[in-house]
Amino acid sequence: MAIFEYAPAPESTDVVDIKPSYGLFINGEFVDGSGPTFKTINPATEVPLAEIATATSDDVDRAVQAARKAFGVWSALPGAERAKYLFRIARIIQERARELAVLESLDNGKPIRESRDVDLPLVAAHFFYYAGWADKLEYAGFGTKALGVAGQVIPWNFPLLMLAWKIAPALACGNTVVLKPAETTPLTALWFADICRQADLPPGVVNIVTGAGDTGAAVVAHPDVNKVAFTGSTEVGRIIARTVAGTDKKLTLELGGKAANIVFEDAAIDQAVEGIVNGIFFNQGHVCCAGSRLLVQESIQDELLDSLKRRLGTLRVGDPLDKNTDVGAINSADQLAKIRELSEIGESEGALRWSPACELPERGFWFPPTIFTGVAQSHTIARDEIFGPVLSVLTFRTPAEAVEKANNTPYGLSAGIWTEKGSRILWMADKLRAGVVWANTFNKFDPASPFGGYKESGYGREGGLLGLEAYLDV
Amino acid sequence: MSRLSVRKTYKLYIGGAFPRSESGRSYPVTSPKGEFLANASQASRKDARDAVVAARKAFPGWSGATPYNRGQILYRVAEMLEGRRAQFAEESAPVRQGGKRAALEAVDATVDRLVWYAGWSDKIAAVRGAANPVAGPYFNLSSPEPTGVVAIVAPADPLLGLVSVVAPVIVTGNTCVVVASEPSPLASITLAEVLATSDLPGGVVNVLTGRQAELAPWLASHMDVNGLDLTGVADADLALRCEQAAAENLKRVLRPAQEDWTADPGIGRMTRFLETKTVWHPVGI
Repeated sequence: MAIFEYAPAPESTDVVDIKPSYGLFINGEFVDGSGPTFKTINPATEVPLAEIATATSDDVDRAVQAARKAFGVWSALPGAERAKYLFRIARIIQERARELAVLESLDNGKPIRESRDVDLPLVAAHFFYYAGWADKLEYAGFGTKALGVAGQVIPWNFPLLMLAWKIAPALACGNTVVLKPAETTPLTALWFADICRQADLPPGVVNIVTGAGDTGAAVVAHPDVNKVAFTGSTEVGRIIARTVAGTDKKLTLELGGKAANIVFEDAAIDQAVEGIVNGIFFNQGHVCCAGSRLLVQESIQDELLDSLKRRLGTLRVGDPLDKNTDVGAINSADQLAKIRELSEIGESEGALRWSPACELPERGFWFPPTIFTGVAQSHTIARDEIFGPVLSVLTFRTPAEAVEKANNTPYGLSAGIWTEKGSRILWMADKLRAGVVWANTFNKFDPASPFGGYKESGYGREGGLLGLEAYLDV
Repeated sequence: MSRLSVRKTYKLYIGGAFPRSESGRSYPVTSPKGEFLANASQASRKDARDAVVAARKAFPGWSGATPYNRGQILYRVAEMLEGRRAQFAEESAPVRQGGKRAALEAVDATVDRLVWYAGWSDKIAAVRGAANPVAGPYFNLSSPEPTGVVAIVAPADPLLGLVSVVAPVIVTGNTCVVVASEPSPLASITLAEVLATSDLPGGVVNVLTGRQAELAPWLASHMDVNGLDLTGVADADLALRCEQAAAENLKRVLRPAQEDWTADPGIGRMTRFLETKTVWHPVGI
């Protein structure tokens, strides 16, 4: 097979003007944080991008007070007026999409192709969607009474998209928010603060506090917060659930996953291979609903793995800002260490490790697309969430066995089914204990579609009509 | 010396273009005080039929567009209308009571009405659809779908009333032929200019000006029209004849009504022109 070389096609960073340092966004103003500052770096180069403020519990208190003060005015606005603010925000995001996409790739390490074609369009769509609900709440069936101040803590894998999932429904329902972006990816949230100002959003309706775990804990524990929404690890989710125990705080959690992507022998193999690749290598596998366990019917195992390996050989790993790149940088040194550790455990427990030949850049955090075959259900890599570009392959013989294995996990966020038989798709979907089931596709997201997990993947749904429930006093 | 203004020729809006009536007819439009405002095109039966053809042609594309896309386009219409706020207020001031201030308020209410309906594009299915728990191993899902081409006889309120009947019909994916208010048709043609510059595909909305009593019966009896909104028909006898004619191919009919256009519109104007499709599929290994 002839191999042709790709010429680099780097996206220009000229559209982004990053200042040396950023403060907290409280009551419509950028203010200094009281804690020590920290650097956010480009994970593809390890070059610092900006100095970021740390919000202490006093700073968080100021943010909550600002949000409380704004709540009176914001919740009293007619829904149609709140809607128009959110439509404005959606439009400004569309207008500044390229700038935000480049910034997201710089701070997160994800390929520009994904931040440009997936993250940003979904962010704008999410605001557009919930804008439309603001004056239609009485049709949703959860009442129209807002909760108050929402404390929201979001992860680093889809920084701006997770912000949109949290802020858009909260504001549409009349709540005000204090949001803490992830420590390693604060920049797009700070840009969003500027977007709120461009939209003339009343001060205090959106407050952004940056920092690490302590800042998030302060947001969650603040006594004047009425609603806590968290997306992140199951481990932290448990701590938060314990923190809010005994309070009146309403809680939604979107946590980890170990999704089964189930391929039957009658599946369209090429499409299934694309779905498997998309399922686990999209966003470097930093996806809570990633299809990290491939369950393949035994009869097609060899054929499928051959195709999959061939396809992995064509993935381009490298510069996130190169428009040809399929797999970008791992978000942080910590995450890279975790992926390495779990992969080593995979090998030591007896699974067979394989990666395509690929040259990784010298600086930055990188991990090649990796497949483990011969994985048993008892293996750590079949049970623990790796949150990286690592696929564990298991086999099954019957649909019942596939269901048994797919559900054999404390998680229950998502699942994939590949078969040409419609009735089997629906039978499997009935049996799978997961909040989102994709059939003959994977990793599809839409603001109109509810997302969230069963079991230890959390509770509550984000997106769709049902996403309103989390932000209304039902 | 004061400058002599260049006046606009008010034509029809069919298939995204602005033709004159094929009949070559027009009729004078005056203010309530009797001042001459303009000559409006007086559409014929042939114009009405051309408009139905254009609406039918636009239906597959428009109903097949994603709801998100339709919502974006309706919101774009609102943006364009807001940009012409002063123009609409000035044009409608002579034909309504309350003068300039009331005219501006009506334009604002019209923009807000468009924004309200824009948001419904991707929500009506969540409110009017259902996963049905049938007693058997079947997946069963009901979803709303647009009914097709809807003929609308617009009410007298030249802008807010007009938009309040057109937006709910098209947001769900229908296309339409509108008979504008006979005494006050001018705003409808200016609105067509807004529609024509808002990414709305040609043919989704077609506007006829002329005699209501001449045009409405042709549309009511047209066999390629699926729905009929008689809101603007004040003549009870004409309304009855139209509804009877509509029975021939069982058009979905919205009867004439005195509406307060400033009130909460509800969802009835959308649901009247929606079908429900229920899909069954077996569940099994």
